[in-house]
Amino acid sequence: MVSAIEETSVTEVAVAPREFAGVGGRSISWAGQLPVLPLAILVPFILVALFADLIAPYDPTEPIPGAKIFEPPLWMQGGSTRALLGTDFQSRDVLSRLIFGARVSLIVGVMGTVVAGSIGTALGILAGYLGGWVDQLIMRLTDAWLALPALVFAIFLATMLGPSMWNIVLILGLVYWTRYARVIRGEVLSLREREFVKLAEIAGGSRTRVIIRHILPNVLNSTMVLASLTIGVVIIAEASLSFLGVGVPPPEPAWGSMLSDGRSMLMVGDWWLTVFPGLGILLVVLATQLLGDWLRVRLDPQLRNL
Amino acid sequence: MGQFMIRRTLYAVITLFILSLTIFTVVRLTGDPVTLLAEPGARAEDLDRVRAEWGLDRPWPVQYLAFAKNVFTGQLGKSFNYEMPVSTLYFQRLPNSLELALAATLISFIVGIPAGLISAVKVNSGWDSLGKVVALLGLAIPGFWLGLVMILVFSVWLEWLPTSGQGDWRHLIMPAVALGWYFAASLLRLTRSSMLEVLRSEYIKLARLKGLPGYAVIAIHAFKNALIPVLTLAGINLVVMLNAAVIIEVIFAWPGIGRLLYEGIFQRDFPLVQGVVMEAGIMIVVINLIVDILYAYIDPRIRLTK
Repeated sequence: MVSAIEETSVTEVAVAPREFAGVGGRSISWAGQLPVLPLAILVPFILVALFADLIAPYDPTEPIPGAKIFEPPLWMQGGSTRALLGTDFQSRDVLSRLIFGARVSLIVGVMGTVVAGSIGTALGILAGYLGGWVDQLIMRLTDAWLALPALVFAIFLATMLGPSMWNIVLILGLVYWTRYARVIRGEVLSLREREFVKLAEIAGGSRTRVIIRHILPNVLNSTMVLASLTIGVVIIAEASLSFLGVGVPPPEPAWGSMLSDGRSMLMVGDWWLTVFPGLGILLVVLATQLLGDWLRVRLDPQLRNL
Repeated sequence: MGQFMIRRTLYAVITLFILSLTIFTVVRLTGDPVTLLAEPGARAEDLDRVRAEWGLDRPWPVQYLAFAKNVFTGQLGKSFNYEMPVSTLYFQRLPNSLELALAATLISFIVGIPAGLISAVKVNSGWDSLGKVVALLGLAIPGFWLGLVMILVFSVWLEWLPTSGQGDWRHLIMPAVALGWYFAASLLRLTRSSMLEVLRSEYIKLARLKGLPGYAVIAIHAFKNALIPVLTLAGINLVVMLNAAVIIEVIFAWPGIGRLLYEGIFQRDFPLVQGVVMEAGIMIVVINLIVDILYAYIDPRIRLTK
């Protein structure tokens, strides 16, 4: 048990609040109630992403026939009902691209988080339960991967692996698993000493059985809380990679690449190409953060009073 | 103390070894880096020549030793495009990145520390709620989008500030705010939770019992102690900002390390990308090591855990 403490260096403790936002301490008074605000933001985005094909007025990858490039939104001079939020540099419909972009952001955000959570939880359990050299190896690997700023590491991997949506999912999973490994390992170290785990071992349960039946169900709450708190980080990372041109490749509509496309027209004041995709990211990330806080309070009584 | 330093240094060396191995493997995992950096229509004998020039025709362990030797001699390989050692390029750009990172740190201090302090002293008040909103937006608003919106408002519409480039303070202010934004929110959260923890401690109760006025307790006893983790985080953040400000430097055409990495990606200059990533990793491992040792020096409990 002592080894649980000594491995955690001071820096980790100091940096912890940055690592998973929210743990830095916000007391939330609406614990127990339904998270109305985050759901009110998230549910429409999820519906839009699911039914993008039905809702979007145009194909997001093709120009609107007969439309000009950089048409402004409907309510501005030169706007028309044809493209409600204007058109981009290839006279594609900004609204349709936003709608399909929601799908890209949510898929990458959720799947990237699932990959990261699975790798991190698995390695955290192995390190914590098996201990010894397995623990040493996994924790040193975690240290090494944490030494690189997440975005720099992701850019590096994306440059080497080449752009595609599923590569980005894999890359973000490979970059963000470390926090899960750290937290889950710590929990397993104390679970390992608990009566019910000891009893299961004495009763002759194999290691695999103990891990699956007794350890895993008891760390899933923490995984869920971490996942809800990191999903926003993953969404912003995807947008960043797409903005830099190493994320979801064109002509696929991603909010990050839309921001990059709109950059050149910012100088002449074509604000809609920049403002709308950014608002999309902002709202989705804000909602997932609020939901994460709510979930943390619900699932993790120890953190409730932080 | 000596034992602690030796153990931590050993960990740092192992971390760097795993890091270098990871970077080395990723570059070669994706097949042939030569195909990444050669022109699309290059002839086979040209590819062979490039391979021989970069030593890529040798066995992997030999290649790794050459890579490790490059890291040790501080050269980090030669940039394909600039035909200069990567470390030379890196340290050429370092002062520019440092200027930006210091300005961003200053902004994160000005916003984060007073706001965190007020949130903690007036916990659960209107000020605290305002602090929570700022902390939440710090995570939800991507810094690079904030940068774009600032360009739109202050450069294009109001014409107060230059859109990009390096020069006097007017060039510095927007990139520094865009970069410092996220870190301001993280400092706010940490200052708040650190202050709350200190305010609950016995010695603060004693100071109050002694009859010291409230502001004196907060200013002299509480804030001074709460500042330690905050300054630690700021130091680590500074090193992260030095190396990870890729998008902000691209948007504002700031000639720093992040932009160097971006150039490396687009010129398919894999030795440059690999070298910059490695250098970033080294800097962060070293700063973490220094912080840990300083902490152990200040606080005997840390070095006595083993």
